[in-house]
Amino acid sequence: MSEELKPRATREAYGAALLELGKLHDDVVALDADLSGSTMSKLFAAQVPERFFNVGVAEANMMSIAAGLAISGKIPYASTFAVFATGRAFDQVRQGIAQPKLPVRICASHGGLTVGEDGCSHQSVEDIGLMRMLPNMKVVVPADYNQTYAAVMESYDTPGPMYIRTGRPLIPFLYEKPPAGLGAGADVLRAGSDISIFACGIMVKKALEAAEELAKRDISAEVVNISIIKPIDVDTVAASISKTGCAVTAEEHSIIGGLGDAVMEVSAEFHPVRIGRLGIKDVFGKSGSPNQLLEEFQLTSGHLTGLAEQVLASSK
Amino acid sequence: MVSEAGSGHPGGSLSSADIVTALYFHVLNHRPQEPKWPERDRFILSKGHCAPILYAALARSGYFPVEELEGLRKIDCSLQGHPDMNKTTGVEISSGSLGQGLSISIGIALAMRLDKQPGHVFTLTGDGESQEGEIWEAAMAAAHYKLDHLTVIVDCNGLQIDGFTKDIMNVEPLTDKYEAFGWTARSIDGHDFKEIIEALEWSRTVEGPVAIVARTVKGKGVSFMENQAGWHGKAPTDEQEAQAMVELKEQEKTLASEAQGA
Repeated sequence: MSEELKPRATREAYGAALLELGKLHDDVVALDADLSGSTMSKLFAAQVPERFFNVGVAEANMMSIAAGLAISGKIPYASTFAVFATGRAFDQVRQGIAQPKLPVRICASHGGLTVGEDGCSHQSVEDIGLMRMLPNMKVVVPADYNQTYAAVMESYDTPGPMYIRTGRPLIPFLYEKPPAGLGAGADVLRAGSDISIFACGIMVKKALEAAEELAKRDISAEVVNISIIKPIDVDTVAASISKTGCAVTAEEHSIIGGLGDAVMEVSAEFHPVRIGRLGIKDVFGKSGSPNQLLEEFQLTSGHLTGLAEQVLASSK
Repeated sequence: MVSEAGSGHPGGSLSSADIVTALYFHVLNHRPQEPKWPERDRFILSKGHCAPILYAALARSGYFPVEELEGLRKIDCSLQGHPDMNKTTGVEISSGSLGQGLSISIGIALAMRLDKQPGHVFTLTGDGESQEGEIWEAAMAAAHYKLDHLTVIVDCNGLQIDGFTKDIMNVEPLTDKYEAFGWTARSIDGHDFKEIIEALEWSRTVEGPVAIVARTVKGKGVSFMENQAGWHGKAPTDEQEAQAMVELKEQEKTLASEAQGA
């Protein structure tokens, strides 16, 4: 990895890609609910003002207006914080977007605990679960700036509704340049034979660090970046656990309803193995710096290493 | 139709019947043989439970055969209990969860403006539905975006599932509320065709969004249903249906002779 790639937030990639899409395609429109400076839709707003609609603090209205624009042939990108996009406007997303299969892209920033000091009211730990439950909804959680850029660019041509989750913190690059696309959404970043680590978002980098540490302890871990949580790449997940015989999952989300459950569903149906889930343990967040929160809620490479060792030991 | 289905919402369908009839057979610029004609006016049913009146208007306009109305709410039939835009020809949006249709209409109107399409959006809401907060988020936005080609018609029948709106949660004064939100608003008799058509045509000429508060009678035209909250979401029995049809046929005759005399 070249030195000049300083950590960047995935929400910044959303802003850059949205602007690029706006320049490329006349049917791209963007909406925000008074958070354009945080979600980064402000970049689009500044250069394509005639196709940008800031609806004010009214997320439900935003989602339904986006539905109306999509019915009329536009490709709307609607952004706000993940907690409001999925919780506040759930019914509008369910009835107005998911059920009619409209190509609205819900691009939610500030996913997870790393919102930080704003505390639990703004920390979304259940958004992936909520969106995963909706028929027709594709759920995407990119792992770095470049993968986010690729996901947003690729979304333009994707049929049906999509949920793309980005984050607030500056995080390291995993991909040196934007990949051509997400493919099936499961990218084996490191091959291994003893245990599979499935991770998404900011936890992918930590999974690679954990694999490095496990290697020092003679444990060969396979690391898979799951960028498309739904529909999950069943073949890649099943092939990995068939080879390793056990797995851990890691996500900045509740252990209920998110990546961990998605992987367990695949395992239970196709190849039952022992699986440990690293995530937020069915509790709400709290205020603190992002790193303090990740430590307190046990979302670090150290905790992941420990869980992997436990799972491996108990599955022998 | 509702009787055949064994469930559904006759009360609000009847209070909206004259408005919907005026729209589909006099006001809307539409092509039933070309349902997606880009220049068409849109009718958006926000109070989705009144699907029966929408389906009847669509069938009688020629969007699909009238015989299909008998399939309302039945498995393997396209006519869902609440409108589904992907299942029924001519249905512009899926609705049923109240309060969303006006916001969706704003999205449609914004897209029309971007595409320089000439159509006008007519959206039917209910007075009970106006208790939903999203209606007022939309009211604020439509005025802010100065949507000249958006008209909301509030079917104000004064009743909701649990009783009179004034007792459950008062929504009045609706014209004042819309005016305060920056709309042009007026009140009409929602069962007077002349008044309905005149107001709808007038709304096309007004700058900014227009709200037409239509005073209606829930269950209109069927003596035992009129002004009865109990008929919000209940199907009539065969005997009740027969009586209702006799009463409605009588009124049809009166209307026809009035029209001839006029």
